[in-house]
Amino acid sequence: MTELGWWGVPIAVLGGAVRVSTPFLFVSLGECITEKSGRINLGLEGILVMGAMSGYALSYITGSPWLGVLGAGVAGLVLGLLHGLVCNLPRVNDIAVGIGLMLFGTGLAFFLGKPYVQPKAPTLPAMSLGGWSGSPQVQAALEVNPLFLIGIGLAVSLGWAFRNTRWGLIVRTVGDSSDAARAMGYAVPRVRTLCTGVGGFLAGIGGSFLSLYYPGSWSEGLSSGQGLMAVALVIFARWKPMRCFYAALLFGGAGAVGPALQSVGITSGYYLFNAAPYVVTLGIMIATCSPRRTLAGAPGELSINR
Amino acid sequence: MASGPSGRLRQSAEALAIPVGALAAAMVVFGIAMAGLGRNPLEVYELIYRGAFASAFSWQNTLARAAPLILTALCVALPAQAGLMVIGGEGALVLGGLAAAVVGHLLVGVPPLGVKLAMALAGMLAGAAWIALAGALRQYRGVNETISSLLLGYIAIAVFNHFVEGPLRDPASLNKPSTTPIGDANMVGSLPGLDVHWGLGFGLVFCLVTYVLVKHTTYGFALRIVGGNARAARLAGLPVGAIALAACALGGAAAGLAGMVEVAAVHGSANASLIAGYGYAGILVAFIARQNPLAIVPVAVLVGGISASGGMLQRRLDLPDATVLVLQGIAFMLILASETVYGRLKIFRPERA
Repeated sequence: MTELGWWGVPIAVLGGAVRVSTPFLFVSLGECITEKSGRINLGLEGILVMGAMSGYALSYITGSPWLGVLGAGVAGLVLGLLHGLVCNLPRVNDIAVGIGLMLFGTGLAFFLGKPYVQPKAPTLPAMSLGGWSGSPQVQAALEVNPLFLIGIGLAVSLGWAFRNTRWGLIVRTVGDSSDAARAMGYAVPRVRTLCTGVGGFLAGIGGSFLSLYYPGSWSEGLSSGQGLMAVALVIFARWKPMRCFYAALLFGGAGAVGPALQSVGITSGYYLFNAAPYVVTLGIMIATCSPRRTLAGAPGELSINR
Repeated sequence: MASGPSGRLRQSAEALAIPVGALAAAMVVFGIAMAGLGRNPLEVYELIYRGAFASAFSWQNTLARAAPLILTALCVALPAQAGLMVIGGEGALVLGGLAAAVVGHLLVGVPPLGVKLAMALAGMLAGAAWIALAGALRQYRGVNETISSLLLGYIAIAVFNHFVEGPLRDPASLNKPSTTPIGDANMVGSLPGLDVHWGLGFGLVFCLVTYVLVKHTTYGFALRIVGGNARAARLAGLPVGAIALAACALGGAAAGLAGMVEVAAVHGSANASLIAGYGYAGILVAFIARQNPLAIVPVAVLVGGISASGGMLQRRLDLPDATVLVLQGIAFMLILASETVYGRLKIFRPERA
């Protein structure tokens, strides 16, 4: 037991939220861009695993974790573009292609990642923001990764860009009404493909966080559905980047409840607490969806709304 | 669309030729990738064939893997008839297996046939309830069934782990937590004359029944109307919710039965070996079969054969066991992309009257 006693639980949950939320944040921001353009990419789960593998492998080969992060993004970009291009073919269903990409991405990552399960790659550094506190628990909770801060900056700037820039307007138009976008002379398939590619780039970076920071190694059981939960998270966040950030924190905190309780000696039901993020996700979807109307703020072209 | 016997023949030829072409293309892409890794593609193909279909032993291995795939593919194909894309078969499978293991352990002193029937029933009910839940959320709350069924799958695995590692763990299972074995007398044996367990028989019967149900009954007709246009079905006075829910429950029952078969014919108790990805491979099978219950059987044998050959590739060519996953992934992407070819190839187009 620690001298903090029961206070250790909320602090550990908060710390867990900060630590675990980063992949959620990146994947959901990526999915947000994709869905804003009117497509849904369920394959982000596969992209996340692929990003985790390629980030770890590149970091091991080059010795630079940041090159690994970049490589993970590029791998995600390639898979995202693949999804976008296949979906451009007429009568191809984007949700089905997403399921296919999920299986393809994880299979490819397991295949290529086999030699990297054993070796130890250099991982990303942590920044300590808890030096003001004497308590080791608080210090541990405020060990922050630079990617977390980059993610926050990205969420703020994406929200601003959707509202205030020409590109933001084009993406939103394509996502709300492809007829209107075509009438204005924009190439709808090209915009959607690019948006899916950028979404894949961010999801790949989210994956590299898993292998290069927390848990910080590459194995086949690394992802536990974060890529999929991010899709539900974007719906919960009503397609607003800043809300994606809050939702990611909430999901990360839900995932940290089990380990936090375990640290104060409550071990029964450990596996059930592992299900907390999924239960929270499902509960939120049940609470916010309705069979009679489409969701407020949903892009009009999104196939899950029709 | 086409009419008359020649038109229908052309349509069937198209429905056969396009997936076969996509699979052939996948083999070529996979072969190029293997060549890039310095392996001889022809040798890889040969080993896949030998691992899957060349001997009685490999056929046995292939069919034992095809059995759960047939059932989990039905878990995708049945809701698909109602226009729902349910991909949570893995969750229904593990819960079905857990329910069957519990029932098999609890029924002491009951004749084996009764135990087997009760286990099958328990597995099917557990699976049916789980997938029907996803269908109900869609029907009454508007929650997207693809996402909810996957989330439910993760929850099912957590529940499964909780019981297998906790309250239901057999203290005698040290290295691999398992439930108490159901006992040799209660195990489901082999099909007569074959060294393949009864799961294959269950799968074949389930596919046939599903085919007749979908194509030749009023319920099936209503189901296809719901899948074609739910609004039109509602205007025609059909109970859309009940029809779609029944399809989900039936699909879930198939996946739950797959779990029961894995417990009662293969492992003897519920343990982590049940979480083997049959639910996900079943999605692939259903999509290659274009959600047709009869086409599921040969496709499941093919996909089962490919995964059965994984060990052979690993031993002979020193390739990772995920090699077959890559082949399956490539095949899946190309099958989905080939959807765009339908109706565009000249030879399959009926002559204009």
